[in-house]
Amino acid sequence: MNTHAATGTRDMAEMSYSEAIRDAMDIALENDSRVILMGEDIGVYGGAFQVTGDLVQKYGKERVMDTPISELGGAGIAVGAALTGLRPIYEFQFSDFATLAMEQIVNQAAKIRYMLGGEVSVPLVMRFPAGSGTGAAAQHSQSLEAWLAHVPGLKVVMPATPSDAKGLLLAAIEDPDPVMIFEHKLLYKIKGMVRRGFFTSPIGVAEIQRSGTDVTLVATSIMVHKSLSAAEELEKIGISCEVIDLKTIRPIDCETVFSSVKKTSRLVCVYEAVKTFGIGAEISAMVAESPAFDFLDAPILRLGGADNPIPYNSKLERASVPQVDDIVSRVADLVHGKI
Amino acid sequence: MTQQERQNEPFALTRYTPDQLKDALRKMHLIRKFETAAEDSYMRGLIHGTMHLSIGQECSAVGSCMPLAASDQITSTHRGHGHCVAKGADISRMFAEFFGKETGYCKGRGGSMHIADIAKGNLGANGIVAGGIPIAVGAALSSKRLKTGKVVLCFFGDGANNEGAFHESLNMASVWDLPVVFVCENNKYGMSTSVERSTPVKNIADRAAAYAIPGVAVDGNDFNAITEAVDRAVVRARAGQGPSLIESLTYRWRGHSKSDRNRYRTKEEINIWMSRDPIDRFRSFLVEHAVLTADEASTIESKAQKEIEDAIAFAKDSPDPQVSDIGRDVYTARPQ
Repeated sequence: MNTHAATGTRDMAEMSYSEAIRDAMDIALENDSRVILMGEDIGVYGGAFQVTGDLVQKYGKERVMDTPISELGGAGIAVGAALTGLRPIYEFQFSDFATLAMEQIVNQAAKIRYMLGGEVSVPLVMRFPAGSGTGAAAQHSQSLEAWLAHVPGLKVVMPATPSDAKGLLLAAIEDPDPVMIFEHKLLYKIKGMVRRGFFTSPIGVAEIQRSGTDVTLVATSIMVHKSLSAAEELEKIGISCEVIDLKTIRPIDCETVFSSVKKTSRLVCVYEAVKTFGIGAEISAMVAESPAFDFLDAPILRLGGADNPIPYNSKLERASVPQVDDIVSRVADLVHGKI
Repeated sequence: MTQQERQNEPFALTRYTPDQLKDALRKMHLIRKFETAAEDSYMRGLIHGTMHLSIGQECSAVGSCMPLAASDQITSTHRGHGHCVAKGADISRMFAEFFGKETGYCKGRGGSMHIADIAKGNLGANGIVAGGIPIAVGAALSSKRLKTGKVVLCFFGDGANNEGAFHESLNMASVWDLPVVFVCENNKYGMSTSVERSTPVKNIADRAAAYAIPGVAVDGNDFNAITEAVDRAVVRARAGQGPSLIESLTYRWRGHSKSDRNRYRTKEEINIWMSRDPIDRFRSFLVEHAVLTADEASTIESKAQKEIEDAIAFAKDSPDPQVSDIGRDVYTARPQ
């Protein structure tokens, strides 16, 4: 999963996904006095998921700002600050709480540049701890990235690895437009090799994480890992999977998906958010509208979240989002012509 | 002049030069004439969309901006033409925007509800009630962190004072002592719903107490009253003492927007307010105190009329945006 294999090991360090995010914020705070962090309990508490950690000790509470529990106002203040010279990184405690701030994200941050005829930019970064698997039930487990990806003016990224968590965040901070980063909570503890110091991973560029010939799995965030595990299993029964880590859902990297589909002739979209009206529909339609469609030898398959709120019971919770076994059986059925 | 006499002198005369006061009168006329011409253009089918006119609120807009430095910033509302003029906008570019032209402030992408003039410190009107309030607080945060010394004046209406964004913003501005002045232009109605029906406190300014900041209600149609109140708040903000809430009591003569049939208020009420024209009031005040003569005042008005006519001609002659540019500025173009 290391995207910088060519870099010498001396330049690399093993770190967790959350450490990689913290490292990126540390670098940005160090390098650019305009960068500030805002969010609920991100100071001495260190953030609900301990992502900001002890940054407040290093940079002080003026730059690592605890906000009251006021998502709409807090998000709007971040928008106004971005509009006038600061580079805020706003942490939502849970991505679900973005619902409280939608006005500022959708009507203001996304549109100000366009509405004002390009006179200004809104260099704002928002971080959203997302996804299920923590037993937090329906209001703390959602994957709402497709909501925001529907809004022109926003960029939406979903890093799957510690390296991309750092590289995409540093790219987002450099970006002049609002970038929404969805971080799956179950990924915070995964470890990986990450380049030391400053580097960026390009926004809008997908990456093939495993090459294969029979079927293309286009996945986001934690589903990249689940798809890779499924690919291992599928290889044992003679099915060769190509796994694409989409990384950014707006702007989407069509070309990487098209070329892969032309090679494998089968497409499966794997994502945790509710399947209906989601990323999978977009990718499916994108392929159906392209010349890659002619290369398809099987129906397009979407493996997404169930059409229900995330339940509390752990069995029900697991059953609400695609698991490795589901991917294995559904992909096998697809390749064996049973769908 | 004795100390006593100086203290009794109207605030505006102690603080502003005759030229500044004449310019304030000029801006009030510009606003009135801009709005009237905008309405006329709509009636004649020259523009599409809707508009929210601020006729009757000219003094509130100009008086509130009077204590601001050129580098200070404002955020505005859907009823924002007056604020834009008050902060020094170019009327031609405003009309061009209103007509949807490429030469407009927003290159025709924003229209009446989104006019901004970044160079003059107007961060933009806003189509969402209370949408600009947190943005103003964010701009004040930038001022404090970047030590620019700027004060941000945040305009909103009585309708916005029941939005969550208002309360969250005042709270955080107070907690962080940010240099922002909240000016609530209470024109008595949020669309059709009167303040009496929407808001239980006697004065919207009373809500300042909940955020431990000064709050004062003043006659927004009285130039001295509004400038003095805002001036005090600006001085306080610039000194790092935090925000204030000023309720500027005013009245909109026209309906909420073009769909308004004025069914929620009486003709008598409108007529009473129209008989207390804030521009006439300010003009009389200036003549009475010999800042200018009645003739000079008339000249200012006729020059304003000419400026409006030139601006409309500019707007009409300006090109429409190219359809091929429809996607421009959704994102910032970056060198490859």
